[in-house]
Amino acid sequence: MTAPTALVDVAGLVKHFPGERGLLGLGRPRARVRAVDGVSFTIARGRTLGLVGESGCGKSTAGRAILRLIEPDAGRVTVDGQDVLALGARELRALRRRMQIVFQDPYGSLNPRMTVRQTLAEPLAIHRVAAGAEADRRIGSLLEEVGLDPSFTGSYPHELSGGQRQRVGIARALSVEPQFLVLDEPVSALDVSVQAQVLNLLADLQQRRRLTFLFIAHDLAVVKHIADDVAVMYLGKIVERAPAATLYAAPRHPYTTSLLSAVPVPDPKAQRARIVLAGEVPSPANPPPGCPFHPRCPHPKKNERCRTEPPALRELAPGQLVACHFAEEPLRP
Amino acid sequence: MTEPLLRVRDLRTYFVTEHGSGTARAVDGVSFELFPGETLGIVGESGCGKTVTSLSILRLIPEPPGHIRPGSFIEFEGRNLLALAPRELRAVRGNQIAMIFQEPMTSLNPVFTVGDQIAEAAIVHQGLSRRAARARAIAMLQLVGIPDPGERVDHYPHQMSGGMRQRVMIAMALVCHPKLLIADEPTTALDVTIQAQIIELLDRLQAELGMAVMLITHDLGIVAGSADRVVVMYAGQVVEQAPTPELFGHPLHPYTEGLLASVPRLDTPPARAGGGGGKLHSIPGQVPAATAWPAGCRFHPRCPYAWDRCRQEEPPLLDAGGGEPGTHTVRCWLLTEPRRRTPRVS
Repeated sequence: MTAPTALVDVAGLVKHFPGERGLLGLGRPRARVRAVDGVSFTIARGRTLGLVGESGCGKSTAGRAILRLIEPDAGRVTVDGQDVLALGARELRALRRRMQIVFQDPYGSLNPRMTVRQTLAEPLAIHRVAAGAEADRRIGSLLEEVGLDPSFTGSYPHELSGGQRQRVGIARALSVEPQFLVLDEPVSALDVSVQAQVLNLLADLQQRRRLTFLFIAHDLAVVKHIADDVAVMYLGKIVERAPAATLYAAPRHPYTTSLLSAVPVPDPKAQRARIVLAGEVPSPANPPPGCPFHPRCPHPKKNERCRTEPPALRELAPGQLVACHFAEEPLRP
Repeated sequence: MTEPLLRVRDLRTYFVTEHGSGTARAVDGVSFELFPGETLGIVGESGCGKTVTSLSILRLIPEPPGHIRPGSFIEFEGRNLLALAPRELRAVRGNQIAMIFQEPMTSLNPVFTVGDQIAEAAIVHQGLSRRAARARAIAMLQLVGIPDPGERVDHYPHQMSGGMRQRVMIAMALVCHPKLLIADEPTTALDVTIQAQIIELLDRLQAELGMAVMLITHDLGIVAGSADRVVVMYAGQVVEQAPTPELFGHPLHPYTEGLLASVPRLDTPPARAGGGGGKLHSIPGQVPAATAWPAGCRFHPRCPYAWDRCRQEEPPLLDAGGGEPGTHTVRCWLLTEPRRRTPRVS
């Protein structure tokens, strides 16, 4: 349906990390970590897909594998019609102008010895976009676009607040005029009042530049305010994918329902029934057989089939895909 | 009326900055009370002074560069903690007042088993034998919901997950049945499903053990669900203090109001309903530096209602009326001129 207009098309993406050996490199290597285990989605031009899940679910690895910041093991990634995984080094570099990433920690991702001007001039030089006075002019307008005063050009990262640093990170990603941005937890390190500023900025930039976003986050409330579609990951797999309005109003995977019910609501009168999941996420080096969620699943109908047969991602409602044998009878808190 | 368990009066904790160029007034005249058995939420963003307040109560502020100013007063069960000799202080700390931190990995000692670490407080404060303390440690692990406590007691912190380590931290804190537990961002480093487990555990233990909890967090959702009363901090001061339903139902300080409006929520329609247009509320500007708090009201540069008086004169905590005096207090001149609560068009 959306396939012809999709800017980003990811199919069967796999990234396994080899298991480490013990101390001194002796002994048998441990089991492979199946960080991303067959992830598929599309993002239409100008839209935002929220990719959510808890630590270790593979969401960040998926984002990086799509940009080939780490090499995926299998799958197909198409960005604006180009087969990303088939490109050679030179072509990949050219494509990188069109796809960029913003990281969670603006302090760790900015070079502490480079001024804001140097940070923003570097990608312009590498991609031969602009130099000299033209670069300065572009840097000035980029700063203005992300809401930073031009007087910041000579500042170092340590002189900036967290919110200002994240604006520099966004300006750097935008400097080469990409079409597609992977935003990896871009507001998680920020205080609430500043987080809202940065989310509003991202929404503005998307409209103005018609950007396509893969928005990776653990905070479902943040994602609700920015995403058109949402994919929920658990142990390297997408367990539910749907238009945001559908997913938040009528989740069908018990994991999605549990996650949503666990988010604290800032209203003492509206404390909803909370589903507290037992146990913890199993190791992705040794995922459970059958449905990966079955050991923690609170669904009353959970049975032998869940323990043995991995559920396929099925379309239950228009655009809503769910990997659960009981998706027709969704859990309600 | 019952006597407060903890009374903090005009607490000022300052730090000399690295280059000796100034003084960071991290906590600058904080007062509040905590009653037996209640949960007091202390909320605020980075740098507001909430953690320094809690460390000051336990006198865990490194001196230098920090110091608690003369005139500050921290009274626990009628005794001024700031006047106690080190020996007397040790009898209180970890025994009657215990603390859990955000980072369970850095707060646990990696070279001792979790059992030894839990048992230590019981041996030091209650004079238990090694054998009795070990049995107590196993019982505590059971209490905080760790499976196979008899086996886990001999494990090291690195053998446990983040959620399990936080449970161990809680077991350590509660081993002497403290009257007050200070929990500083106890779930911030945890995933949301594990966070739900830990909050449920803390709520249950508080009910079972009848202790008071000081819950320090930036997450208004957690406060709404667990706290009886809330103290909101900004720029080293208390700016609003009220019972939880009152604070969320009728926030009076413009900072509280802005903070509540900035939180992306699951229970309201998205700001961008219909794929664009709407916006999340945000508070303009940045939190000021602790070495240079603004003159007048410290929030005035970011406040949509500020007028001349706010720029010149620092407001005291004013009573908002309703209920007994001191039930709901607000550090804002708007209380004297409520008709000014109409935001300027920006």
